[in-house]
Amino acid sequence: MKQLIVSPAPHAHSGDSVRKNMLLVILALLPAYVVSVVEFGWGALITALISVAACMLFEWLITRFMLKEPSHLDDLSAILTGLLLAFNLPSNLPWWIVVIGALAAMTLGKMSFGGLGQNLFNPALVGRVFLLISFPVQMTTWPRPLGFATGYIDAETGATPLYYLKQMIKDGDSSLISNLPSLTDAFLGAMGGSLGEVCALALIIGGIFLICTRVITWHIPVSIILTAALFAVVTGLVGALPEGMSTCQYVLYTLLTGGMMLGAFFMATDYVTSPMTGWGKIIFGIGIGLIVMVIRTWGAYPEGMSFAILIMNACVPLLNRIRPRRFGEKKK
Amino acid sequence: MNTFKIGGVHPHDNKQYSAHQPITECPLPKKAIIPLVQHIGAPAQAVVEKGQQVKVGELLAKAGGFVSANIHSPYSGTITKIDTTIDAWGMKMPAIFMDVEGDEWLPEIDRTPDVIRECRLEPKEIIDKVAAAGIVGLGGACFPTQVKLLPPPGKKAEVLIVNGVECEPYLTCDHQLMLEHGEELMIGIQILMRALSIDRAIIGIEKNKPDAIARMRELALKTIGVEVKPLKLKYPQGGEKQLIDACIGRQVPSGALPIEVGAVVDNVATIYAVYEAVQKNKPLISRVMTVTGASVARPGNYSVRFGTPLSEVIDLAGGIPEDTGKIIGGGPMMGRAMNNIDMPTNKRVSGLLFLPESESRRVEPENCIRCAKCVTACPMGLEPYLLSKQAQLQMWDEMEQHDVMDCIDCGCCLFTCPSHRPLLDYIRMGKAQVGGIIRARQAAKK
Amino acid sequence: MKLILISLLVLGLTGLAAALLLYLIAQKFRVEEDPRIDQVQEVLPGANCGGCGFAGCRALAEACVKADTLDGLLCPVGGAPTMEKVGAILGLAAVAADPKVAVVRCNGTCEARPRTSEYNGVRSCRIQHNLYVGETACPFGCLGCGDCVAACQFGALSMDPQTGLPVVDEEKCTACGKCVKACPRNIIELRKKGPKGRRMVVLCVNKDKGAIARKACLSACIGCGKCQKECNFEAITVDSNLAYIDPEKCRLCRKCEAACPTGAIHSVNFPARKPAEPAAEAKPAQEAKPAQDVKPADTAQTQEAQA
Repeated sequence: MKQLIVSPAPHAHSGDSVRKNMLLVILALLPAYVVSVVEFGWGALITALISVAACMLFEWLITRFMLKEPSHLDDLSAILTGLLLAFNLPSNLPWWIVVIGALAAMTLGKMSFGGLGQNLFNPALVGRVFLLISFPVQMTTWPRPLGFATGYIDAETGATPLYYLKQMIKDGDSSLISNLPSLTDAFLGAMGGSLGEVCALALIIGGIFLICTRVITWHIPVSIILTAALFAVVTGLVGALPEGMSTCQYVLYTLLTGGMMLGAFFMATDYVTSPMTGWGKIIFGIGIGLIVMVIRTWGAYPEGMSFAILIMNACVPLLNRIRPRRFGEKKK
Repeated sequence: MNTFKIGGVHPHDNKQYSAHQPITECPLPKKAIIPLVQHIGAPAQAVVEKGQQVKVGELLAKAGGFVSANIHSPYSGTITKIDTTIDAWGMKMPAIFMDVEGDEWLPEIDRTPDVIRECRLEPKEIIDKVAAAGIVGLGGACFPTQVKLLPPPGKKAEVLIVNGVECEPYLTCDHQLMLEHGEELMIGIQILMRALSIDRAIIGIEKNKPDAIARMRELALKTIGVEVKPLKLKYPQGGEKQLIDACIGRQVPSGALPIEVGAVVDNVATIYAVYEAVQKNKPLISRVMTVTGASVARPGNYSVRFGTPLSEVIDLAGGIPEDTGKIIGGGPMMGRAMNNIDMPTNKRVSGLLFLPESESRRVEPENCIRCAKCVTACPMGLEPYLLSKQAQLQMWDEMEQHDVMDCIDCGCCLFTCPSHRPLLDYIRMGKAQVGGIIRARQAAKK
Repeated sequence: MKLILISLLVLGLTGLAAALLLYLIAQKFRVEEDPRIDQVQEVLPGANCGGCGFAGCRALAEACVKADTLDGLLCPVGGAPTMEKVGAILGLAAVAADPKVAVVRCNGTCEARPRTSEYNGVRSCRIQHNLYVGETACPFGCLGCGDCVAACQFGALSMDPQTGLPVVDEEKCTACGKCVKACPRNIIELRKKGPKGRRMVVLCVNKDKGAIARKACLSACIGCGKCQKECNFEAITVDSNLAYIDPEKCRLCRKCEAACPTGAIHSVNFPARKPAEPAAEAKPAQEAKPAQDVKPADTAQTQEAQA
């Protein structure tokens, strides 16, 4: 008889793999990407391509020459990091800044911790925040959405809706309301902002796709969105809004503009840097929702999603001390 | 529809190969080897001698302790020696060797196919009969049944839960048993209810066996106190604690036995054995096992007497398929891969599964991506990613604090891990270590 | 220039202030300790391997300082020279102990022990041992996953890809006993190194009956007792089908080696007896060399085991 193979149980596997999960996230990002290409034209295409290529190159170089390990490019995580980084950049960013961002993401964000699964902070956001601090002017000069024909570097630029929202609350100046895009435009993505964050509809579709395919769970997105919405409602109730802006409108602008949807569905739910248990995830989400609203309302930057997620990333080891409810444990 | 509350996975059930294959008798072998360890607990002590003639049903070995079980002769013939044999994992085990001659049964065993309904025995008498017949839990754990029927002082059984779930993929022996011997099962359930002095029993069956649910429901209508509960398809529903949760919504606390919440769980195969022992005086000398796999020539459910070499059962099913890479004793989730097929059948082996070579090897593990799928899948609410890391780092105290002893070995964590990490391998090792530490500590206290 | 000066000054002053603060705090909270503990710790190797039976080198140093005699206190890594130094510091006589070395008591090479199945789980001896007999039919023999190699802190163990067995580098082995604990089958024993490193040893731990043991492995001890009869010094005992050579009684006459029908008894570090049969005899003497040759593959395996 030929030799039998012996291994410990179980002998069956769900067929799930890292690659499959990464692929599904990339697929879920595609609708939003298509919208940004339509809105921002060549800039969106070029920025994303450079970012993905640079992330893959840097990971390959590090694994090949520094760690002397076989390459892990086939798990698609480098592509995903590249894509997410691009989603968080203005589409008219000079190519060399994108490359520096990719370098920071892969080295500081990911490989210095030991590669996939070991990093404490979301690599794409490390890259973005690195750029935001190093190149504040370029990183906050957002192109206007002028359709596919828009060029790369020569795009017309302007401030994002979040900037107006912030100024409006700060100064109580209701004349700024006219600068805001209509709610429909905000929902469909016809507004200024980072490459991938503009179209809330596409991002929600992608997020629901991820929840349905069980790549992510509902805990983080739902808790972030609910917390932010609640914060906005309270802002409205205490009378901080200028005339001409209802609480309901403000809540919707809060949720539909800036990186809220991208952050809630794609950035905060990153496996490696989010907590392991249901309650951990909910607290994580509430924390992000609160911090982002605090930064948006009182902080120096108009948008705080990246900072909020990075700050809460640092709390993950602590949140992982929350245990799941054990079988047979009495409910408190 | 009911199911357990925490975790669980959905493996492909693959029951199509052997489902609805009628139970077939396996022919008697010429030589038989009857292992003395066919249950959890102390090995049985042989009471026969070399050269002795025995009949079918005669006691070969008696229980070696409170948690142990009698072993009876499944054949008539001569004892040739009492020695050690090699089990399917290459380790030694004590066994009785026999030459099979004819098929002569003890006269008190009723071999007619008649169903005997009447049972007027006292609980004590039933339990004694179950103990004498060497009945163990045939669902996989092989825990002696009479121990379960004697609740510790201060505890009272309220409900008998009958495990007809068969949540392991591929296996179909319990399903077929319910279809063919439903009536006997109902009588067996009533006998056990009598033994436990309770008036309520729940039969849990997963909904992928609609014909078994219908059959048992039809019979339950005529029986007082018996209820059939269809359950949602989810692994490991057949786990004792999970089944209690699914059927009566009570969760057995950590480290406790089911009797803590008033439940006694028995598998349908065990109940059929109880019926045969009490009503027909037939000790536990055979069981139904599934021989299956995608390329097996005649997959099916075979009734085998213990001591028949596995190779003869395999021949009956059409031999080992060409492409076989792994032979598993039991199902793919909790069964153990074998390294030879010379072992005799025994109370423990509920099935033989032939996996083709292409499905036999594990995928190379990658880094943990902390996706928390193992945490979501664990039916005991543990954190497998953490426990396996702790086991690798030999952090036994921390493992104990994280309740590693609650792990039921179901394999959901490894099944679901997208990085193919050998989580359960490490957890199992850690559990063995922590168990040893706990036992040593208890011994030191005494 | 001015800028550089200012920054140098500021940084320097901050550093000085911090150092001063640290020094003051260290002085204030200093714990009074027997200064000899530090001295003893100084001469100990500092590997913190735990081979002495204490939690680390400091713990051994404390124990030495407290003890009235150095009897029973031994640093296996440093050996007699280290204990003499410790004795000199404490004014105690160092108790001489025979140097020991780890011996892998299995010679079930790939040729001697045919493979009967393919193990496809984690490369860990302990896990494989808990699962089943292993890739060969011998339930006592080496499983070859290198738990001992991973446990060794001194790089003294390596897997020989030719035989599939661990090889001990006697130069590096400190007899700390980590590998003994790591092996789930208790194959590794700490044995007296012997004069000039010469010793006799049974390289088998199989307690099965002769026929079964032989079937599983050609070089198994079959418990025939020939060596016992041959031995003039009652150094050999046969217990449950397994011979054992007591290193205290063995006089290294090598008669048992010639008597063993399966070649389970090995003489180590003896000069080659006859030029006629160099293959079997000379192999142990050359052990160090092939071990060095196979280094790169070994380290890869070690990493694998650790991963």
